[in-house]
Amino acid sequence: MPVSPGRARRPSAVIVALWGVLAVLGAPLAYAASPAHDLGVVARPMGGVLAGTSALGAVPPAVLVSDQKVTVAPEPDGTAVALDVTIFASAAAGPHPAVLLGHGFGGSKADVADRARSLAEQGYVVLTWTARGFGASGGRIHLDDPVFEGADVKALVDVLAARSDVLKDGSGDPRVGIAGGSYGGAIALIGAALDPRIDTVVAAITWNDLAASLFPQATTLPAAAAAAPGPIKQQWISRFFAASVGGAARGGDANGGSRSSASPSASSSAAVTSSAAASSGAPAPPGAGAGAGSAGAGGGATGGAGTGAAAAAGAGGILCGRFDPTVCRLLLTAAQSGTPSPELLALLRAHSPAALIGQIKAPTFLIQGMADSLFGLDQADATARALQAQGVPVAVRWIDGGHDGPSSTATQDDAAADTWLAHYLKAPAANPSPASSTVPAGASSASALPVPVFVYAGTVARRASVAPLFSGAAYPGIAATAPRTVTTIPFASTAGTKAVLTPPGGAPASISAVPGLGALTTGLPTYQLAALPGQSVAFDTTGVGAAVTVVGAPRVRLRVTSTGSQVTLFVSLWQVQGQNVSQPRGLVAPVRLDVTPGTPTEVEVALPAATWQFASGSRWRVLVTSTDAAYGNPREARADRIETVGGLDVPTLVGTPLAGTSERDTEALVVGAAILGVLVVILAGWLIGRRRRSRVAARPEFAEVPLAVDHLVKTYADGHRAVDDVSWRAEKGQVVGLLGPNGAGKTTTIRMMLGLITPDSGTVHVLGSPVTPGADVLGRVGALVEGPGFLPHLTGRANLEAFWRATGRPVEEAGFEEALSVAALGGALDRPVRTYSHGMRQRLGIAQSMLGLPEVLILDEPTNGLDPPQIAAMRPILHAYAAGGRTVVISSHLLAEVEQTCSHVVVMHAGRVVTTGAVADLVASSDTTVVELGPAGATPTVVASALREIDGIRSVDVEDDGAHGKMTIVADRPRASVVSEVLSAGGDVVGVGSRRQLEEVFLGVIAAAAQVDGGSGLDGGASGRGSSGGGSGTDVGDSGQLGSEGRGTGAGDAARSGAGGPGMSADTGSLIEKLRQVRAR
Amino acid sequence: MSAPLSFRAEWARQVGRRRTKILLGVLLALPLVFMGAFALDRGGSGGRGSGTGTGFVSLATSSGANFTVFTVFVASELLLYIVAALLVGDPVPTEASWSSLRYLLTAPVQRGRLLRSKVLVGLSHVALALLILPAWTLLLGVFAYGTGSFVAPGGGTLTLGELLPRLGLALAYIFVTVLPIAAVAFWVGVRLDSPLGAVGAALVVYIISGILDTIEALGSWRNGLPGHYSRAYLDLLQSTIDWTAMRHGVLWSVLWALVFFALGWRRFARKDILS
Repeated sequence: MPVSPGRARRPSAVIVALWGVLAVLGAPLAYAASPAHDLGVVARPMGGVLAGTSALGAVPPAVLVSDQKVTVAPEPDGTAVALDVTIFASAAAGPHPAVLLGHGFGGSKADVADRARSLAEQGYVVLTWTARGFGASGGRIHLDDPVFEGADVKALVDVLAARSDVLKDGSGDPRVGIAGGSYGGAIALIGAALDPRIDTVVAAITWNDLAASLFPQATTLPAAAAAAPGPIKQQWISRFFAASVGGAARGGDANGGSRSSASPSASSSAAVTSSAAASSGAPAPPGAGAGAGSAGAGGGATGGAGTGAAAAAGAGGILCGRFDPTVCRLLLTAAQSGTPSPELLALLRAHSPAALIGQIKAPTFLIQGMADSLFGLDQADATARALQAQGVPVAVRWIDGGHDGPSSTATQDDAAADTWLAHYLKAPAANPSPASSTVPAGASSASALPVPVFVYAGTVARRASVAPLFSGAAYPGIAATAPRTVTTIPFASTAGTKAVLTPPGGAPASISAVPGLGALTTGLPTYQLAALPGQSVAFDTTGVGAAVTVVGAPRVRLRVTSTGSQVTLFVSLWQVQGQNVSQPRGLVAPVRLDVTPGTPTEVEVALPAATWQFASGSRWRVLVTSTDAAYGNPREARADRIETVGGLDVPTLVGTPLAGTSERDTEALVVGAAILGVLVVILAGWLIGRRRRSRVAARPEFAEVPLAVDHLVKTYADGHRAVDDVSWRAEKGQVVGLLGPNGAGKTTTIRMMLGLITPDSGTVHVLGSPVTPGADVLGRVGALVEGPGFLPHLTGRANLEAFWRATGRPVEEAGFEEALSVAALGGALDRPVRTYSHGMRQRLGIAQSMLGLPEVLILDEPTNGLDPPQIAAMRPILHAYAAGGRTVVISSHLLAEVEQTCSHVVVMHAGRVVTTGAVADLVASSDTTVVELGPAGATPTVVASALREIDGIRSVDVEDDGAHGKMTIVADRPRASVVSEVLSAGGDVVGVGSRRQLEEVFLGVIAAAAQVDGGSGLDGGASGRGSSGGGSGTDVGDSGQLGSEGRGTGAGDAARSGAGGPGMSADTGSLIEKLRQVRAR
Repeated sequence: MSAPLSFRAEWARQVGRRRTKILLGVLLALPLVFMGAFALDRGGSGGRGSGTGTGFVSLATSSGANFTVFTVFVASELLLYIVAALLVGDPVPTEASWSSLRYLLTAPVQRGRLLRSKVLVGLSHVALALLILPAWTLLLGVFAYGTGSFVAPGGGTLTLGELLPRLGLALAYIFVTVLPIAAVAFWVGVRLDSPLGAVGAALVVYIISGILDTIEALGSWRNGLPGHYSRAYLDLLQSTIDWTAMRHGVLWSVLWALVFFALGWRRFARKDILS
């Protein structure tokens, strides 16, 4: 059967599975490779709000980088100080406006190098410097003391004023803005206050009042408590000291270094470059940054404390590192006692923008974070309100990052800062230098600002990575007071049932947020860590009515009755979802107030400012704890009873989504585009396929020819040519037998006739219509191919009905009863087919092929599995079928059966038609005589050898089994003469015949074809089988020639009958001729 | 004269099959098995830590609604993928193995027409399975555990009336989510002529996709894996519905389903039918 080569090319299941996996892996490529995709995942730690950049644009303009040392005011002890400065200058023709870029606490100028380069590419001269007391700069840390760090800024502006490539507003007055985050943000504000030449400020995540930041007080009423310092931010201060001790080792070294290079060295010395490279380039939390910096720049400095910090008193030399000794001493004392000295508070306030705010005239852009337990939104709020009050243009942006985590909108934040700087530094006509301009000029008009006056980040959607941004028409402040819209959400219960205990020693302490690690705890079940049993009380609100967006600081009033005289409490806001309690913003409001023991005191608490989405029906919880791990907790045991007064007051705002800043759903866009692409490909493929399908033309001249097979060629994928230029034709009323040994290509031909296999070339026409897969004309063809196929769970009858239903033709046309009578299944008809024997299925298959009485009936091995009586019964049926003007094609290797059933045969061998013709013509011939010899006379061999001597006898074939002999004699003489010659040769003639069996013809033809093909003298069926495999080789040329001759016979027949000859005109003459040649040998 | 191999004709060919009956039996037995297991476990060991799945388990017997969501959740993890792969992937190779495919094609049924009927009937059977399972489970669950509100593991409740439309949406989403696996089964089935190979290959794809999905290093590349968003329908059970993940899930599923159905179609249109 020709199926075996086909089977070989089927891929195994494993390969298919692998393919599936590859496809699965491959497709996300398109998605992940899309450039816009990583938009949302720009992780940027604190202090990096202004660091780093997106280098968009084709070819960034060149940037000239130069390092230099700038001598600034000496330390109080007289030590000279030089700052480590790097200038990034745009290489484009100047002059350019300038930008001063400061860094965060514990960092260095290297932290802002990327950002500086980006700005320089935008056409600025950017000066970055390492602040006094850090990195390779000399001096000590004064915590942004206006006298030291503030004065340094003035010196740096002088440096810019001296540069020829810097744009000037006047003599010695460069066009310069100042930007920075955290420590650098505060110095930006202080610098702008001290130096009127500075034209604009961008200050990120920084403080307004350092005292209020480190000793926060969330109490707004009573006023006395509100004015007093709150609990110490123990963890943050401890971190600063950890950083400063880490910095001690290199402190002396760096000091020494700066002393030796006290004079400004303009060129980029190798030492500076290497130290800048060694310090951590990536922005890091302050503690970690300082630690890494010390490790990088240490350079083998040992005993630095002894040499450098000589002025530091005693152990302060080690403990304080590069801190200024006074700052260090005051901070250390406070950190140990938990309460600030008035001296420290005064110092911290002096080192704050708040102290100098009245002197700031430059337009200011404040960026503050909600993930910031160090400098909360209240700090930026204080700065913004003060600046607004004095008419300075100010814009405020609340981001979801800060000292505790990165901003999810860092790209947009940087872009906004760029816009701000460009507006105030690059457009001189519209923006005269604020130092000389009058204050009211357009200052309070929000519309004059280059960015929205107020932008806030919303809540990051559950599966999104970027917070949506909204803008407000005006900066609303944070307080939940008029004129803000304030919604009050009542509490479900007002009283805490149990007293809140402050444990002796203050431990264990509740953990609400880990400073610097806010992002780490987000999403974890932190509530159990915050709400310690006995040390906390929770007040749940009722469900929120209409959904609101809370923008600012929610407010709650508590009535506290305590056993102690000073109460310290920590208040935080949580969302309740069933059993889950989560803290959308990891912030806590500390409260400290003096009370009379046993007397209730009412206190108003401003919860940390941020933005929340209060969905309709959502429940919120105000958690009051007696301790917090981030703060200094009282060590005395105390018990407080706490009740709420009123509800939770939340300031709400309806913001406008900022165009282009809410997260674009890149993924959906990419996948949607991919779907469209696939659809286009499918459509194109369908159109092309349709055009290809319609290429085979109808042949009207064949309208009366039931079956015309024309030059069919099929080569399987493994190279086996199963059918090689096969042409033949069947006419109405014929029963055509398709004969051939195994592998001759019979079944492949039949499958092509049915459109199951697509031929490489050639056509099949049924009644003039081309046969293509599923062509309608196949409705006029009934078929049984390689055994029947049925639905095993259906009965025989149901199977035929199901088949007929599949054709979609009317039931009346089917002729079930006639077909079922052919099957002759009797009672078995109503049993499921799976119980049938082979023969029963075969008969049902034949019956199915006859459903609707198709004009062409093709039966492949119909007698398979049938017993002789059934075969005999089938014969008249097929004859009767064809007699009605229909056509039957049977392939079989039961030659006797074919001989009795078929009117015509087509003999195939090795993919080719070797002969065609009417059966009668093939088996009968006048020149052949079959003589049977009895045992009485001479042996057949003797007779044969005698006959071969006689003139006119062309060939003699002998079959001799001892008892009977049979000779087939081909002669040019009359049969009577041949018989008499046999008799005269001594043969005992018992029978004379003229007919050969079809089998003989078949074997002869096949042998002839095999000989032609293989060039070997093999005989019979064996040769047929042998040659089908070994037909190629050295004799290709010969076989090609002879083969084409053989094919020519068949093609000629077809052409002749196509020209109108009735029936199958078999060229029997040439066939017999060929047979004779074979036999003569 | 109706079109060859109409939807009804194909429906009739598939519906009486043994595998169809077995599948139906499995779906009907599933909630009964769970009920039996819960009955045995009454008062037994309680919480087993947290997680989406176990959250459903601990709540499963609190109401008929919870029991239904639990059953759908468990079934949607693997069983419904198998069901979809079988119902959509196996009809073509099964016809091939019955040898009846060639008789359908010479009936004649156009190849595209044959695939369309088979896929449509297969998909409608998947949809039917997705209706029968929750409907039957809800019936049993209400009977056994009452008509109480649905309690989400993360908090929030939905009354039965509120839950049902959302459950309908969730089932529609699950239907879309299993499409890629069904399409892979279909494609492999058309190529292989082996029903088992089709279902097996589709499951291998699903399992490998699940394994890759656990590799954090692949980052957002995993979003495109079939099954990555398979649990996104749980968003429908929150008090406020977030559509983002479901949007992504639907788009990815449609993309994969289109690709593999198209590959199957293309393959079958050109295939030499040797079965």
